[in-house]
Amino acid sequence: MAGYADPGFDTIALHAGATIDGTGARAVPIHLTTSFVFESSDHAASLFNLERAGHVYSRISNPTNAVLEQRIAALEGGAGAISVASGQAALHLSVATLMGAGSHIVASTALYGGSQNLLHYTLRRFGIETTFVKPGDLDGWRAAVRPNTKLFFGETVGNPGLDVLNTPEVSAIAHAAGVPLLVDSTLTSPWLVKPLTQGADLVYHSATKFLSGHGTVIGGLVVDGGSFDWDRSGKFPELSAPYEGFHNMVFTEEATVGAFLLRARREGLRDFGACLSPHSAWLILQGIETLSLRMERHMRNTQRVVEFLAQHPLVARVGHPLLESHPDHALAQKLLPRGAGSVFSFDIKGARTQGKAFVEALKVFSHLANVGDCRSLVIHPASTTHFRMDDEALAKGGISQGTIRLSIGLEEADDLIDDLKRALRVAEKAGV
Amino acid sequence: MYFNVNDAQLYCYTGGKPVDAAKPTVVMIHGVLNDHSVWILQSRFLANHGWNVLALDLPGHCRSGGAPATTVEAAAGVVLALLDAAGVATAALVGHSFGALVALEAAARAPQRISQLVLVGCAYPMQVSPALIDASLNDPLKALAMVNVLSRSTLAPPPSALGPGTWIYGASMALGRHVLASNPHVNLFHTGFVACDSYRHGDAAMELVACPTLFVLGAVDQMTPPKAAKSLVAKARQAAVVMLPVGHHQMSEAPEAMLKALVDFLDPRR
Repeated sequence: MAGYADPGFDTIALHAGATIDGTGARAVPIHLTTSFVFESSDHAASLFNLERAGHVYSRISNPTNAVLEQRIAALEGGAGAISVASGQAALHLSVATLMGAGSHIVASTALYGGSQNLLHYTLRRFGIETTFVKPGDLDGWRAAVRPNTKLFFGETVGNPGLDVLNTPEVSAIAHAAGVPLLVDSTLTSPWLVKPLTQGADLVYHSATKFLSGHGTVIGGLVVDGGSFDWDRSGKFPELSAPYEGFHNMVFTEEATVGAFLLRARREGLRDFGACLSPHSAWLILQGIETLSLRMERHMRNTQRVVEFLAQHPLVARVGHPLLESHPDHALAQKLLPRGAGSVFSFDIKGARTQGKAFVEALKVFSHLANVGDCRSLVIHPASTTHFRMDDEALAKGGISQGTIRLSIGLEEADDLIDDLKRALRVAEKAGV
Repeated sequence: MYFNVNDAQLYCYTGGKPVDAAKPTVVMIHGVLNDHSVWILQSRFLANHGWNVLALDLPGHCRSGGAPATTVEAAAGVVLALLDAAGVATAALVGHSFGALVALEAAARAPQRISQLVLVGCAYPMQVSPALIDASLNDPLKALAMVNVLSRSTLAPPPSALGPGTWIYGASMALGRHVLASNPHVNLFHTGFVACDSYRHGDAAMELVACPTLFVLGAVDQMTPPKAAKSLVAKARQAAVVMLPVGHHQMSEAPEAMLKALVDFLDPRR
């Protein structure tokens, strides 16, 4: 596709990475094969030694997955991407590629519960400590840096309070400390924001959510912007010193802008093995092809629902940056002009029993542990996604015992509002 | 590996191997706002299949010190000085875009030292539009985007330099930004484009080249269209042309075909 302009978002979402193969298939074929035939012994050796381009074994790479990887890299404005088994695998691969025992991470308090769990409990067992700071506390980010800090990490909009990460400012602090900023953009998708253009160095998605969009598949994607200078930082011998695990390869010499991707794939996928099934990759591709259409509808519906809840007498608080009452309203308008996503929380007045009655009275909203589905979803974070966190940690994440999280889907907005209206009536009666 | 060239440290990617006097040597020369890594698949293969590889970062670029060459002639002098510093009597020269002009000029200046010449994405004259030269000076990131759009031939490149999943457009943008930032004193983009645009010795140089010359051109290359290489092809004493169905990213959009063209030419016995 030669041309004088870079293609727009929807063209990339439909075409990037996908070529017509010898069969003439228009849709991306699913290459359900574990391995790929070598042309010769020399070809095999060259593929293993990274002298020639191609696929060897589907744990490391696969043609269907490669289409997905190119496509998300193109949409995010990155140099390349790696597909993995889940969003959590994406976070783990990012961390494990960049550091080992004795390292330190500075992370936002406003994280998905699973991410908080990995950083706070599991990685600590492997000798990696994390300091959590409020995403908007810029002095806190700065003060948390230690000599062994290797990574800053936050979510574009924190789950579930929608604290907006000030990516330009936080990345500047990270870069001054010689470390990259990793951003989880699951709740925003590249249609709402491209964090790499705002200073982030690495972006990952739980593709399970908006990218696939239909609640049918678990998957994750890591995108490298190719902009972080690992050599100049001097903090990443994992990338800038000879690696015995690959014939003393120095990844930054091999690939000036792809060192992270090279090691993440050649070590991370090889050794940890959290690869994505080609069938799952195909399902995620199907979702991405309609991402902009769905995101527009998600955002329209969200605006209607937020406006309804904000004026309802039984609702104490609606935590969406659409509202001027949200502490990050102005920041969201600046960094997320298309909207801050369709996953948000609100608090019902009254006791926990009213919240329970509300959730159970909903008919259109499904009560389950996911977000970013085409169907609308509801959950009570304190007893589910964030149940391992104590009250103090919950409060730091903007969650109370009465918080309800919604993920607004693609149904008719009027039907969603009717459902919420009816459930709120039930909740009100439950409090009498 | 570093070599002292003209009192500056010049970096060359060698595939992690020392220079072996018993092996033939290939010098690989990158284009404007690139570095050694644009050759990574081809250079790594050659380094592991019987060649000494010297894929340099031109002076003042990325890992190399020294002042950037402001003319093709000056850069050609650096390449010949590198051969001396590495103790290499004769070598094949492989250059891409601006690097192709550098290779051509070096081969003309020391025809007895150059065994084969490979000009990838080469045109002569290598005119750069005044708008692009101006943008490279005043809005280099915009110019970088223009160059990368013009260089691309596909939205679906094959598995390439950074492995499957590489988005070549994004990787090229990132590399351009990296190279630009690697020298805070000189605008490498503008300097390189002016050097391309002002080179006037191409036809004469081609007539001085004594070795076989391979042209590897992109059929849909908008930066250096194949027709713009015709005069050089006509003047080359022993010319071969390989036309790849790609744009100006010959090494990354067609890595396998590029490698085959190189190996077939550098070692026709294989």
